[in-house]
Amino acid sequence: MTFKDIFAQYNWDEVKAGIYDKTDRDVEHALNKTGKRDLEDFKALISPAAAKYLEPMAQLSNQLTQKRFGKTIQMYLPMYLSNECQNICTYCGFSLDNPLRRVTLTDAQIRREVEVIKALGYDHILLVTGEANKTVGVDYFKNALKLIKPHFAHISMEVQPLDQQDYEELIPLGLNTVLVYQETYHKNDYKKHHPKGKKSNFDYRIDTPDRLGKAGIHKIGLGVLIGLEDWRTDCFFTAAHLQYMERNYWKTKYSISFPRLRPFSGGLEPKVEMNDRELVQTICAYRIFNEEVELSLSTRETEKFRNHIIPLGITSISAGSKTNPGGYAVEPQSLEQFEISDERTPAEIAHMIRACGYEPVWKDWDVVYS
Amino acid sequence: MNNILTIADKTFNSRLFTGTGKFSHNQLMEEALLASGSELVTVALKRVDVQNEQDDILKHLNHPQFHLLPNTSGARNAEEAVLAAQLAREALGTNWLKLEIHPDPKYLMPDPIETLKAAEQLVKLGFVVLPYIHADPVLCKRLEEVGTAAVMPLGSPIGSNKGLKTIDFLEIIVEQSNVPVVVDAGIGAPSDAAKAMELGADAVLVNTAIAVSPNPVDMGKAFKMAVEAGRLAFEAKLAQTSSQASASSPLTAFLFDEE
Repeated sequence: MTFKDIFAQYNWDEVKAGIYDKTDRDVEHALNKTGKRDLEDFKALISPAAAKYLEPMAQLSNQLTQKRFGKTIQMYLPMYLSNECQNICTYCGFSLDNPLRRVTLTDAQIRREVEVIKALGYDHILLVTGEANKTVGVDYFKNALKLIKPHFAHISMEVQPLDQQDYEELIPLGLNTVLVYQETYHKNDYKKHHPKGKKSNFDYRIDTPDRLGKAGIHKIGLGVLIGLEDWRTDCFFTAAHLQYMERNYWKTKYSISFPRLRPFSGGLEPKVEMNDRELVQTICAYRIFNEEVELSLSTRETEKFRNHIIPLGITSISAGSKTNPGGYAVEPQSLEQFEISDERTPAEIAHMIRACGYEPVWKDWDVVYS
Repeated sequence: MNNILTIADKTFNSRLFTGTGKFSHNQLMEEALLASGSELVTVALKRVDVQNEQDDILKHLNHPQFHLLPNTSGARNAEEAVLAAQLAREALGTNWLKLEIHPDPKYLMPDPIETLKAAEQLVKLGFVVLPYIHADPVLCKRLEEVGTAAVMPLGSPIGSNKGLKTIDFLEIIVEQSNVPVVVDAGIGAPSDAAKAMELGADAVLVNTAIAVSPNPVDMGKAFKMAVEAGRLAFEAKLAQTSSQASASSPLTAFLFDEE
C-alpha cells in the first residue's frame, strides 16, 4: 500500500465542501485543544471560517515553533544545475514549449558556482533541475553530488521524481533531502497543467514520497504549487500526505513549502489567488497541526512579507537566490525559472532575521551523518 | 555550598548543565549561560563549523568555567554516533561526549539498543560517555556496566517543557545508580529542576526553557537558584510526606496492654 491508495478513498469535491463548511466552533475547538490536532482540525484551520482567528493562530504558531525550533532560522540556497526539460507545464519557465536557451552546467561551471555560493556563507544547498532524463539523469546527479558534497554540510535536491533504486544510489553519495511537490492533488486538472512529458503521470509523482521513504532518505519536502487549484483543498491533501508519511516512514524528517505561482517569461496568470493573509493562515495551520514539521519560505515572497513572517512559524528561508543555471557566477543573465520578489543579499536577510530577534543558522548538519 | 559533583576526572561546583541550541543570538546565549553558573555546556557537532576557527558558537563559549560536552545529535545509529564522537574529539579537543542517538526525527526519542552498542565502543575508545536515554532503570544499569561516566534519563520528551513525567522511574534510577544521574530533557521550569534535585538527581541539563524564555539571562539565574535549592534540600534530608493519620483505635495496642 502507498499513499495513492489512501488518496483514492477521498473525493476532491467532498473534501473541499468539508473545509468550506467548517464553522467558528470547529476553529475554536481546533485552537483550544490541548492534545494533538487531527486532519479535521486542519480543515477548520485552513477554512474561510478561521480567517477571523488569524491573530490567535499566529500567537499559537509562534509559541509552538519556538518551543521546537527555538529562535533560529535555517539558511539555504538553491543552485540550478540545468533548465533542460522534456515536460510541458503550463506554469513553469522551463517548460519544453518555452523558447529559451537550454543550459546544463559542466563540472567546471559547477565548481565556479560552488565557490561563489560558499563565499556567501551557505552550508545547506538545494540542487534544482528540470526533467531531462537523458542528459540530466541519475549519472549526472551522481557526478554533481561528488563535486558538491565536499563543500556543503547538507544537500537537498528538487529534480524529477526517480525510482527507489536511483535514490538508494544517490543517498550514499551525500544526498540528504529530496523535495518533490505534487503541484496539485486535483487528479483531473493535474493533466491540464502537465499535458506532456513524464511529469504528466500523476500516479508516479504521488508515489514518489513513498519511494523516497522506502529508500531511507533523511528528509522529504512536500507541498503544492499554490495558484493551480483550490489551495485549501490542496493544502489538506498535503497535510494528509504528511500524516501518512510520518506514520509509515518514521525515521524520515519532513518539510513543507507553500510556493505561490510567480510570473515568468511567457507564463500564465494564477487561476486561484492566495493573498498574504491566507498564506499566513496556511503557515499557522500547518504549524498548529504539526509541531515538528519544518516550514520553508523562498524568495518568491516580497520583502515586506518576509520581514514580518520570521516569527510566525517558518523554520527555513532562502536569500539571494538565482533561479537560472549558472546564475551566481557562470551566466548571471540566462533566463530564470521564475522571477524572485525579494532580491536582498544573504547578508541583508541575515541582518533582517537578527533584527526580528532570531539567529540565522548556516550549518545544522554534518557530513559525518551522511 | 552544595557538595561537589564529580564525573570521571572533573569536578563541578554547579549541578546545572546547559544546552546551546535555540538561542536568538549567540551573545545572548553566552550571557545566559554565564548567569546560570553552568560549567558543562553541550554543543551539537552538527551546528559547529569545525573548519572555521572563528566559529560563532565556540567563540561565545570560550570561558575557562565552560567545559564543552559535544553531542551527537543527528546520529541515527551507533555507527554514525561513533564516527561523530571521534570527529568531535578531534575538533573540540575533549573526550567528553553526550551520546544521543535518535532515529526518530519527530520526537527525538533515544534508541536504547543503538545507544548501548555505541556506549560500549566509545568507552573502549577512551571517551567519557554521558548517554541520553529514556528513563529506563534496566538500561541505566546496562550502561553503567559498560562503563559510562553517568546516565542521562529524560524527564519528558525533549523540548516539551512538560517536566518530570517519568518521575517514578527516575526515583528507581537514582536509587540504583552507581554513576551520577543527570536528568535531561523536558525540564520546563525551575521548579521541575528543583524537584529533580530534591529526589536525588546529581545534576540536570536544561536548554529550551532557558533559550526560548523572553529573558534567558534571568531564566538562567532562576535555574541556578532552583538547582542549588533542590540540591541543598536533598542534602538536608527532606521531611517525609505522610498521608497517614494516627488511628483512633490502634491495631497493635493490645500488645502493650498491662496485664
